Amino acid sequence: MSYAIPDEELLLSGHLACPGCGGSLSMRLALKALGEKTILVIPACCWSIIAGAFPYSSVKVPLMHTAFETGGSAAAGIKAALEVQGDTETTVLTWAGDGGTFDIGLQALSGAVERNEDFIYACYDNEAYMNTGIQRSSATPWGAWTTTTPVRHPKERPKKDIVAIMAAHRIPYTATATIAYPEDLVRKFQKAKGIRGAKFIHILSPCPPGWKMEPAYSIRISRLAVESKVFPLYEVETGEKWTITVWPKREVPVREYLKLQGRFSHLTEEDIEFIQENVDRQWERLGARAGQ
Amino acid sequence: MEKVIMGNHAVSYGAKLARAQVIAAYPITPQTQIVEMLSEFWAEGLLDAKFIKVESEHSAMAACIGASSAGARAFTATSSQGLALMHEMLHWAAGARLPIVMANVNRAMGPGWSIWTEQTDSLAQRDTGWLQFYCESNQEVLDSVIQAFKIAEQVLLPTMLVLDAFVLSHTQEPVDIPDQELVDRYLPPYDARYKLDPGDPHAFGAMVAPPHYMELRYKIQKAMEEAVEVARQADGEFREIFGRSYGLVEKYRLEDAEVVLVASATITSTARVVVDELREEGYKVGLLKVRMFRPFPTKDVREALAGARKVAVIDRNISFGHGGIFAEEIKSALYNGSHRPPIFGFIIGLGGRDVTPASIRGIAEYTFEHDTPEMEIIWREVKNS
Repeated sequence: MSYAIPDEELLLSGHLACPGCGGSLSMRLALKALGEKTILVIPACCWSIIAGAFPYSSVKVPLMHTAFETGGSAAAGIKAALEVQGDTETTVLTWAGDGGTFDIGLQALSGAVERNEDFIYACYDNEAYMNTGIQRSSATPWGAWTTTTPVRHPKERPKKDIVAIMAAHRIPYTATATIAYPEDLVRKFQKAKGIRGAKFIHILSPCPPGWKMEPAYSIRISRLAVESKVFPLYEVETGEKWTITVWPKREVPVREYLKLQGRFSHLTEEDIEFIQENVDRQWERLGARAGQ
Repeated sequence: MEKVIMGNHAVSYGAKLARAQVIAAYPITPQTQIVEMLSEFWAEGLLDAKFIKVESEHSAMAACIGASSAGARAFTATSSQGLALMHEMLHWAAGARLPIVMANVNRAMGPGWSIWTEQTDSLAQRDTGWLQFYCESNQEVLDSVIQAFKIAEQVLLPTMLVLDAFVLSHTQEPVDIPDQELVDRYLPPYDARYKLDPGDPHAFGAMVAPPHYMELRYKIQKAMEEAVEVARQADGEFREIFGRSYGLVEKYRLEDAEVVLVASATITSTARVVVDELREEGYKVGLLKVRMFRPFPTKDVREALAGARKVAVIDRNISFGHGGIFAEEIKSALYNGSHRPPIFGFIIGLGGRDVTPASIRGIAEYTFEHDTPEMEIIWREVKNS
């Protein structure tokens, strides 16, 4: 079934994203999904720059830049102000990177969703602190190179499971999305918009400079992430109902996903097998939760 | 209506009367009663506000910034560690030109843990671009909350009013609680000139490169300078409507004073009594209360101290590596002026150690007895010093 993606562009050309940036395409789609009655909150991240420097803005919605760790808290304040002034319609959308979500912003995010603040928190996850030059975050996958997990000491901890953390807060809606599946992404944002309470959407956002990949492969790599089950697309409602929303159409070994990215080029066969095992186990666990 | 209430509750009444619309706060001793009473007001339908029970003070200020940016009147309260935790966002609120009002209960910084009064917490934030008012009584606290919104919304800078832990926050005093109608006349609803509004989209707080940033800082300083007269006028209008005013500074028995004690907050009350006693004994002593600390009222201070032969500044705070902060600022204010009397910088009462009439008398006597201060910091009542 095809799903209509609204035509209106709320992201203007002239923004400062790198070629192939997953963060810019996902913003474009998210804004299409939500429409112009949206207020954007952007804590420190690549989008603090992509949005454009004073006196320009590349989005046609109001935008409040805010400090790194305040994605959850600033949004709560905005929402409260809107409501006290009688506006229950405008959507407040926090648009944060993985740093501001998984790490420095985790407290404010947890606080906001625990209180069930009525907003959408979207994390466009490029799996490292990219805006400051590719340092590791807790969203960096096991084995990846970053400047603080150099090839001799690659990331030795697994990626933090942010969706499980959000689901554990029993918020109305949590979902994953990525740019290769625009209809799925748009549908999820629109679904979130229609729910009152806290909504969290985790977007895998390929980053050509940080992942050391061809800019032109951004969408291909995003698709491989889903097909290889590295990044399954699913939703969780009230922390209890798990639903897989995109079923991979073919069996794709993780190797296919990893080999296009220079950040994984140092991995040994053993490493790749280890990753494959973990991906398989994670997929099974997801399947069990989703009742499949 | 007159009630006998603690300082914290005076803050609550002030925020309620000022029709604060979004309150985001985190509890910390000795501030807790402020938000508890506001919650009660709200639960009873007496306050039409949104409460955000944030999970930290940093988030409290971030939420206030969000709320104020979206056009609501935002309020919070905190103390010491909480204020310190907000530090990054205090800079942000000022840089974003948001008229947020905050009550800070002056409490000593840990470690060691201390819940008792000291001014270092708020004074350590003096560079952040917030206006600061130091209150002497619960009446002044209530009135200052209301004045703070009026001033802040005119100059577009955040404003804090400060009250001593326990000595004011938990001490009951008779307070006149003004009629809502009068407060509404004095303080109309907040009408933001710029706000987050889908009907008129703008980006706030984006990157500002060197060609533009300095002008924004210049404007903040200009707003601070304007704030001196705005605060004076706001206080004057307050007097017209409510019959009370406080000034930016207050001169007490300065006319022929040779020694002028400079004090702030509750030490001022005690000092008044001591000044009267000393006057009875023939000492030509007076008292200058500094109420507005930021912007620093240089003109008023120079004028008040114009006739002083010696100045004794009483600091219940310290900037390590330098000295008492009011003393520092007074010296700085007088330096380029035409009259530069010796300034004695006393430090007393840190960590809530009691400052008694005898303490202040001791300070006054020391000042009378010495032509010049013998040291940069004169510590009072420190054991083994």
